[in-house]
Amino acid sequence: MEWEVVIGLEIHAQLATKSKIFSGSSTAFGAEPNTQASLVDLGLPGVLPVFNEEALRMAVKFGCAIDAEIGKVSVFDRKNYFYPDSPKGYQTTQLHHPIVGMGHIDITLDDGTTKRINVTRAHLEEDAGKSLHEDFHGMSGIDLNRAGTPLIEIVSEPEIRSAKEAVAYFKKMHSIVTYLGICDGDLSQGSMRCDCNVSLRPKGQEEFGTRTEIKNVNSFRFVEQAINVEIERQMDILEDGGSITQETRLFDPNKMETRSMRSKEVANDYRYFPCPDLLPVVIDDEYIQSVRDSLPELPDQKKQRLMDVNGLSEYDASVLSATREMADYFEAVAKACDDYKLAANWVMGELSAALNKNEVEIKNSPVKAEQLGAMIARIKDNTISSKGGKDVFAALWDEKGDDVDALIDSLGLKQVSDTGAIEAIVDEVIANNQAQVDQYVNAEPDKRGKMIGFFVGQVMKASKGAANPGMVNKVLKEKLDAKC
Amino acid sequence: MALHNLTLTQISQGLEAGDFTSVEITKHFLDRIKQLDQGENGINSFITVCEEQALADAKAADERRAAGNASKWTGVPFAHKDIFCTDGTLTTCGSKMLSNFIPPYDATVVENMKREGAVCLGKTNMDEFAMGSSNESSFYGAVKNPWNLETIPGGSSGGSAAAVAARLVPAATGTDTGGSIRQPSALCGLTGLKPTYGRCSRWGMIAYASSLDQAGPMARTAEDAAMMLNVMASFDSKDSTSIDQDVPDYTATLNDDLAGKVIGLPKEFFPESLDGEMKQTMLAAIEKFKELGCTVKEISLPSTDLAIPAYYVVAPAECSANLSRMDGVRFGYRCDDPKDVEDLYKRSRGEGFGDEVKRRIMIGTYALSTGFYDAYYVKAQKIRRLIKNDFVKAFAEVDFIMGPVTPSPAFKIGEKSGDPVEMYMEDKFTLSCNLAGLPGMSIPAGLINGLPVGLQIMGNYWSEASMLNAAHKFQQVTDFHNAAPQGI
Amino acid sequence: MALDRSDVTNIADLARLAIAEDNIGQYQEELSSILALVEQMNAVNTDDVQPLAHPTDAVQRLRSDVVTEENHREKYMANAPAQESGLFLVPKVVE
Repeated sequence: MEWEVVIGLEIHAQLATKSKIFSGSSTAFGAEPNTQASLVDLGLPGVLPVFNEEALRMAVKFGCAIDAEIGKVSVFDRKNYFYPDSPKGYQTTQLHHPIVGMGHIDITLDDGTTKRINVTRAHLEEDAGKSLHEDFHGMSGIDLNRAGTPLIEIVSEPEIRSAKEAVAYFKKMHSIVTYLGICDGDLSQGSMRCDCNVSLRPKGQEEFGTRTEIKNVNSFRFVEQAINVEIERQMDILEDGGSITQETRLFDPNKMETRSMRSKEVANDYRYFPCPDLLPVVIDDEYIQSVRDSLPELPDQKKQRLMDVNGLSEYDASVLSATREMADYFEAVAKACDDYKLAANWVMGELSAALNKNEVEIKNSPVKAEQLGAMIARIKDNTISSKGGKDVFAALWDEKGDDVDALIDSLGLKQVSDTGAIEAIVDEVIANNQAQVDQYVNAEPDKRGKMIGFFVGQVMKASKGAANPGMVNKVLKEKLDAKC
Repeated sequence: MALHNLTLTQISQGLEAGDFTSVEITKHFLDRIKQLDQGENGINSFITVCEEQALADAKAADERRAAGNASKWTGVPFAHKDIFCTDGTLTTCGSKMLSNFIPPYDATVVENMKREGAVCLGKTNMDEFAMGSSNESSFYGAVKNPWNLETIPGGSSGGSAAAVAARLVPAATGTDTGGSIRQPSALCGLTGLKPTYGRCSRWGMIAYASSLDQAGPMARTAEDAAMMLNVMASFDSKDSTSIDQDVPDYTATLNDDLAGKVIGLPKEFFPESLDGEMKQTMLAAIEKFKELGCTVKEISLPSTDLAIPAYYVVAPAECSANLSRMDGVRFGYRCDDPKDVEDLYKRSRGEGFGDEVKRRIMIGTYALSTGFYDAYYVKAQKIRRLIKNDFVKAFAEVDFIMGPVTPSPAFKIGEKSGDPVEMYMEDKFTLSCNLAGLPGMSIPAGLINGLPVGLQIMGNYWSEASMLNAAHKFQQVTDFHNAAPQGI
Repeated sequence: MALDRSDVTNIADLARLAIAEDNIGQYQEELSSILALVEQMNAVNTDDVQPLAHPTDAVQRLRSDVVTEENHREKYMANAPAQESGLFLVPKVVE
């Protein structure tokens, strides 16, 4: 049978506030256990939450960015469940009245077409602490530093049809929240996590199949792998005439399999109800407009501008705008050299090749954007040749120097662009190669273009490679043609 | 007059006048607590007596007074209900669950009293997690009513009420979720006030039902209650439900004229079934208000009878979540040798909570569960709206609403503890205030069978000053508040 | 609504309350009678009534995004029944 894959993603993004959503504790990553857990975060008796205004602003920012309805009255609910990393025995979240309602984003598929994925909602909630499973005499350790870190949970419609689409969607969301500056996007630190809801249905059937939820997938690659192995698992069961159990599963990247989460086996009843310790969050049109006015350029807008205003190809524009880090780097290069096309060529060519080859992320590139831009500017003003540029780039990459001009000097890459000097060499070469000059003069005019290469080679040789090749070409042509 | 018979106001004045020192009066009350409260025949109104700390605080208060920067409260002894977190001092909430809990912080109400230099003598007994109307659900044993040691003092602030009635302290803090200040005040002959929801900070007050809980003073006179509310009340940025409204000087308007004030008597508070003597006692008290220039108007609060059913959904629902943090992980009671996390939760909570708390958690859990949420929880919220609307309508026409606090005087210890529903009826006249968030108070209105009963005064939102004014004027022309239990 | 024994055990499980087998009957009876009391609400039609979650009409105040808390781990964890290396200890958590 032919199966259709149905995927919906729930992405949790930690908001980049300084303090927690309901307390004044720091949200900084990596502190000693429980040193950033206040009375409120620990859920001690008698404590009360107060809502962080920046978490609200960031959530509204996100809503505006995905063109969503903003909840003018949003309400915090308690989601009741017992787990050691959930100190109060409930999570404060938003069920019926989320801050962000229906919105959408567009993803680009492999064939270059775009697909719109609707976003059901995005709501504010608090993160849980962490259970550490290293052995403490058969016990687990609980660290509540992360408890109370603000999250937005972004819920997609089940409109994603393949693991590849899912990754494209996750990447796009990553790009949007990092462009907005509301999340640091660091997947390795858990700043963004993804729950993948996966089901299959016979092609053409309208009704959804039973789904499973793969919890807490924390890299783009794992999202693709987890979904693909889960699709395969489900397909095997269905092809054998079996049925899928609705359950929560965990992806094991080492074994390349998903497995049922034992702790979530018991069906829970979360008993949501409005949190009586928090009042309705009310915002007005003016507030929403002020947030909307503060939105930075977003990935799609940047791509469009790079094409329309800066003349880049669609492919270049989409690669260069895909992530905040790439875009920021590229824009800094372009600004420094004042040439978007050259900047694009270098960032997508030499730089990307070096980053890939050495497995370095762009944010850690040894060649800084300003340096690359300065170097390109020197190519543009003919101080060095493109080939000289590659030498400068290599030197910067190997951290042999910081200053582009100093490197050009020390590497002796400065081109001779002085017309007088070049004319002198050209005259000498013409004088020394009378036979070739005669051939040139006697050749059909349309053959002469090819023949000039010989003279250029001689001039470059005589100048020890320092002559500006463009200028050499021009002077040679003038002088030779004058003889015809 | 013996020191313990002085009112809060008189003690404050005595300290000011130098008639006695804080150390002297603190010792006097501590001695009384030893004599009357402790041991098998004691009243059992205190869970913790802070003798050492109190004496140190009293000494510091005397020094502060000597240094010339004393406030009205400096050196004045009082007690806190054991629901308020006190930094470094055991805070049990009347439960085995918190029988070892030493808070690392002070409740805002505690901080407010400390700032003034008031001397806290200890933490008073209470129904477990404030759930009860008789103080019998405390892990620390029932509290006895000083008016008759075989009867209950009311609850949940029963320890505070009994301690003040027995003159073990001149005043105590209480909290009121469904009548827990007013009902024990009535049954012990005190003046107790539950302020408007949001008047006193809930920070550090261990939550029972967050949208109903409110702290307030329990004292002998309206004047004392006013002096105490002056300090207990504050806007607190740590409590999202605290309202940013100035705290007036509640003592400043105590003597205002009552002429022209309209008192509403809701017929639902005087049903056919109301005990005749109770009805007479209430009407006699209201007569006094007429003599003070008030007029009386019969009104109706048609949803009154729905208060009990709605309350027993809302409060249990909120408490079922509020008490989930009592899980044996970060503080409090933990069962022996848990075999896994589930076992840890179930046994710590099963062993740490008493029956009434478990019942309410289970009712709340059920009311919020899938399939029942609308029928119970949402329905109760709607009834809550109806109850509030009744009051809004009534207060457009009247200044105060009056009626009994309880259907009858204090009952015998053990009399109702076997039947939770019968016990719940005890609060039929007090619950609606909490559901609407309105202020309510109880003032002594006389004795029935030698036991005190209270007149309830309800006012509009933020009308505490007028209510205290009315109560004070009443106490100027009556003597009920001066009555003391025999042998005290 | 009258509860049966399995309702009581389900509720107790959800609320993580260990209840002795012998007491289930008593809870069944008591909880059922409380629910009967509660169901008196059904006497009124509330179709057009807006639920009221908070007694006042106030709206949520906002806190500025400032770190105000310092590390008081030792004091805050002093009540912990079991702890080691700054962590609360619980029986092994299985995912």
